[in-house]
Formats: sequence, structure tokens, C-alpha cells
Amino acid sequence: MPLNLEPNFHEPGKHYLHGFSPGDEFYELLIKMHRPLSEAESIKVNARLILLLANHIGDLSVLREAMTIATQCATQE
Amino acid sequence: MLKTYTYPKFEYRRPEDLDCTTVRRHPVLIVGAGPVGLALAIELRLKKLSVIVIDEDNTVSVGSRGVCYAKRTLEILDRLGVGDRVVEKGVAWNVGRTFFHEDEVYRFDLVTDPDHERPGMLNLQQYYLEEYLVERAQAVGVELRFKQQVLSVDAHEEGATLEVQSPDGRYQISTDWLIAADGARSPIRRALHLDVEGHVFQDRFLIADVLMKAGFPPQRWFWFDPPFHPNQSVLLHRQADDVWRIDFQLGWEADPEVEKQPDRVIPRIRAMLGAEHEFELEWISVYTFQCRRMAQFRHGRVLFVGDSAHQVSPFGARGANSGIQDADNIGWKLDLVLRGAAPQTLLDTYHEERAYAADENLLNSTRSTDFITPKSPISRVFRNAVLELAEHHAFAQRLVNSGRLSVPACYTHSRLNTPDLDAFAGHLTPGTPADDAPLPDGSWLLRQLAGGFTLLYFVDPGRRVDAEIAALTALVDDDISINLVLVAAIGAARSRYDAHHGTLYLLRPDQHVAARWRQMDLTRIRAAVRRACDLH
Ligand SMILES: Cc1cc2nc3c(=O)[nH]c(=O)nc-3n(C[C@H](O)[C@H](O)[C@H](O)COP(=O)(O)OP(=O)(O)OC[C@H]3O[C@@H](n4cnc5c(N)ncnc54)[C@H](O)[C@@H]3O)c2cc1C
Repeated sequence: MPLNLEPNFHEPGKHYLHGFSPGDEFYELLIKMHRPLSEAESIKVNARLILLLANHIGDLSVLREAMTIATQCATQE
Repeated sequence: MLKTYTYPKFEYRRPEDLDCTTVRRHPVLIVGAGPVGLALAIELRLKKLSVIVIDEDNTVSVGSRGVCYAKRTLEILDRLGVGDRVVEKGVAWNVGRTFFHEDEVYRFDLVTDPDHERPGMLNLQQYYLEEYLVERAQAVGVELRFKQQVLSVDAHEEGATLEVQSPDGRYQISTDWLIAADGARSPIRRALHLDVEGHVFQDRFLIADVLMKAGFPPQRWFWFDPPFHPNQSVLLHRQADDVWRIDFQLGWEADPEVEKQPDRVIPRIRAMLGAEHEFELEWISVYTFQCRRMAQFRHGRVLFVGDSAHQVSPFGARGANSGIQDADNIGWKLDLVLRGAAPQTLLDTYHEERAYAADENLLNSTRSTDFITPKSPISRVFRNAVLELAEHHAFAQRLVNSGRLSVPACYTHSRLNTPDLDAFAGHLTPGTPADDAPLPDGSWLLRQLAGGFTLLYFVDPGRRVDAEIAALTALVDDDISINLVLVAAIGAARSRYDAHHGTLYLLRPDQHVAARWRQMDLTRIRAAVRRACDLH
């Protein structure tokens, strides 16, 4: 399966009235998680989070594709 | 003084109460002639109640405040009789464009579903809206008392007694029901020592209204970190009379007095618009905002509506829009209670339904604010990463949050709803506001709703339903009257309501769905009306 770049946030059993709601909820969780952290702690937490999620995805071809897109964005800066 | 608008001076009349030896008592008194108090006054007056509105001022909202009014608000204004004027004067739009640095990263269209009489959003200066509402209120016979300030309130079990200062002296006035539509600072809330919980956002915004003839299309334009205003956001809206509203984010450190100076503002605008656009300044102010609400909107016989009950950040245009929906929600309930047709507990559902709506508004506007104004370096990193990815990837576009624009709340958990017995597809579950649809004769579905309870009866064109209509017409004579509206079960009406021949929708006076059935059953219909009125 290729990397999914379409909106994909959801929660089993939960019904959303607006298309933006689950994504906004994820974003809020992310920002709230970082709120009490120092910048150095945030960097470490981000690293752990990437590792956890990468393992969950597992498929190296998907991860490779995500890495490519993420670094492409950076080189455009 | 504005170049495009002259503030009206509404007439002050010496109140008769000054010459009375006894304190006069009224059924309903509304304090505050802002958009919310006025909308409610018109609604109650259309239901033949006598209504007094007291306001300390004698003109409309001064300067630049509310701009965007949502489709649902326009539909409510239609019922109040000012929708056409507002729509004629305003600037309709559906498309919003979002930029990051120099590039467009995201574009949305509010009307994914065409065939609604009203546009997704309409821009109009708040002073026009208020002026039209005042004129309408006067035309339908609302008693408007301008230049009269409420000084104190004594709330008790049977109502409230107020002390009022008029230019000719003080008087007392009593009311069975007091509506506090007295705005964010709500003197009534303070006088009753009631709390409002939430917080002030640590940010400042510069508002400029500029007059210019520019060929930009009527769209909402939002910039994150543009070259002409680095590290901050900027919002551009077109209003009536070629007046454009620009909101510049300034940051918390900015000094409002300094930033308001024209020699500071003009270069900012010039940098944004480019040298080729001539413009004149109409208005400048700096604002901060709060996100908070009262724990309870009903305190015995005192009811809080609009900004007095809840305040949100302006991103999403949820202030006046939600306040007008408060008025829409409470109007019919108060009417039924005043007539003795429903118990006072019906007014508790005003709090339940509208506090739920306020929470939804607060949640969405707080999320927008956190996206627009990152509170830490790491959240700015994430915000910018979303914007960078959004240029190419749909998932990130969905995450871009420059304001989730006002949509009506669906009271899906309200105890006034009758749960479905039959299967229905689509989004019009009980608690949801009725959706508009074009009708075969060129009119619109929502225009057929007169204001009371309404039964929409969907019928396949050409099929005879004389006996059914005769039976349903009997409902008009019930204590709580039910109007019958026949709808051809075709086109958008059929699909939006998932209607078959014989489908029935019971709508509350505020047009929210109370119940629906596939088959006609008068006992069930009457039970659903009683339930919607909190009668058990
Ligand atoms: C910058 C900005 C942008 C906004 N943009 C939007 C938008 O795009 N869309 C939107 O929907 N909303 C918007 N809003 C919000 C909107 O302006 C408010 O939500 C709306 O005005 C609230 O209406 P209201 O009737 O509850 O209160 P108000 O309009 O504040 O009216 C309260 C009234 O009570 C009167 N009053 C107060 N105290 C007393 C007293 N003691 N005695 C007698 N009278 C009294 C006042 O004179 C006033 O007329 C914006 C607000 C701001 C500041």
C-alpha cells in the first residue's frame, strides 16, 4: 500500500459532523502533549513518537516514501 | 465619522414610568439592543407578545466589529423579516483562500452542496445589521427605550426589578422574565455576581476598515507569515460599500496606542496591497479577545443570551452568529412558557442546547487560535510543517486551520428530540436544523415555515392524499398548533430529507427537526410535540 496522503484521522466508533473535526482533534492532542515540555524535551518526545509510529506502520516502502516527502519540503526552504 | 456610513440617532422618548407612582410590571424585558437582543425582540413580537428593549446608547455598534454572517443566520433573519435587506446590502462569498509566505496552500468552498437560497457566508458591517434590525423592531411594534441605562438588578422568584437611569431621571421597572443581552461585559451578570469562566488570549489584532475600489473577488483571504507582515497572520474581507476589512495580528507585546496611529497603519496596508491601490482609512482599532462562557445561561427568571453568556475568538465568525441562534432557540420556548402552554423547565433546555453549542464554538475557535498563534517554538514548527505540506497534500490541507466557520449546532442529544423509529439516511437526524431546498414552483422550502411547529409532509407528485391531509389538518387546532406543509418528494428536498412518499418531519418553531416518521400516526405526532415542549 502506498503512503496515504488523503485525510485519514478517525476514531473507531466515533461519528464526526464535520470533515475537519478529527484532524483538529489530533492537532490539539499533539500541541497539548508538547505544552508542558521544554524545547529539548520536545525534540526527544518527537523522536520517540516517530519511532513508535514508524514501527506501527512497519512497511519500509511507506516509510521511505514519507521520508522522501518530508525531506523534499525541507530542501525547498 | 465614516465616509460611507452615517450613524443613525434613534429617538429617545421620556419613559412613562417616571410619572407613575407604582412600579410597572411587564412580561419580558430585554436589556441590550445589540444584534442578539434585537433579534429576540422581533421574534417575540412576531409571536404577539409585548416586548421592551432597553439600551444605554441611541445608535448602532460603533466601528468595525462583526463582518461575516453564516447561512443559518441569514435563514433566521429571513424569518424575522430582515434577510432580504441584509443580503441585498451585503457581499456574499463561499470561497476562502489561504496563503503561507507567498504561496497559496489551501482553498475551500463553503457550499459543497448547491441549491440553497442563501450563500454560505455574507459579509456586512455590523452597524448595517443593527440598523435594519432596529427598523424592523420598530415596524413590528417592539418598544425600544434608548439612552436608558440599567443601574441595578434585583432578581427574585417571580422575576426581576431593575433600576434604570434615563436622561429625565431614574425609575424602576419590573419584569416576569429578564433577558440579559447586554454584551460581553454584561452589567447584569456582574450585578448578580455570576461567574464567566475561560481566559483571555495573549494576542492583539489591529483592525482596519479601508475604502478602496479594488477588483479582488469577494473571497476570504488569509495569510500566514506573509512577506508584508512577517511572523504574523493577516485576514482580508470585503464588506459593503467598497469597504475592506483587514485584520493584522500584532502579537502580545505590541502597544495598541502606537499601532493605531495612521502613520503606522498606512504603510502596513500599502505593503500588503501594493502601491497601485489607492485607499482611504475608514476605521482603526486594536482588540484582544476572550474565550469563555457562563456555567449556566438560565438563572431562575434571568436568561443570558449572546456575548453576555459566551465569548469566542473572532476566527470562525461565531460571535453574533451563535448569539442570533441563542435568540432563535429561546424565543419560542419563552413564548410557550409565557402562554402557559409549556412548563418553565422548557427553558432549562435553552441552557442545555445552547451551552452545548457554545462549547462547540469555544472548542473550534480555540483550536483555530492555537493554530494561528502558536504558543511555543515547537508548536510553530508543527504549524509551519502543516502549511508546507498543505501545498501538495490533501491530508495537510484539512489540518490548516485559519478559522472553522460558523455552522449551526445540531442538538442531537437534546431531550426534546423523539428518537427515530424508522431508518433514515442523510444528516437530518433529530436535533439538526432543517435544510433548505428549491421547490418546483421556484420558491424555497424554508420560506414555507411560518414560525410555529410545522409538519413537513412529503408526497410524490400526482398521488392523491386527500384523506391524509384532512386528518393532518386537524392538528392545526391542537393547543399547540401544528402547521402542515406539503412538499413534493422530488429533487434536493427528496434527497436531503431522505424522503419517500408519506415521509413526515416534525420541525420545532426554530426549524430544528424534532421527530420524523415513514408513516402517519397522529398519536405519535402529538406525543412528539409534547416532548418537544417538555410536557410529560
Ligand atoms: C473584531 C471583532 C470581529 C467580529 N467578527 C464577527 C463576525 O465576523 N461574525 C460574528 O458573528 N460575530 C463577530 N464578532 C462578534 C460580535 O460582534 C458579537 O458577538 C455581537 O455583537 C454580540 O451581540 P450581543 O447583542 O450579544 O452584544 P452587543 O452587540 O455587545 O450588545 C450589547 C448591548 O447592550 C447594551 N448595554 C450594555 N450594558 C447596558 C446597560 N447597563 N444598560 C442598558 N444597555 C446596556 C450596549 O449598549 C449594547 O448595545 C466580532 C467581534 C469583534 C470584536
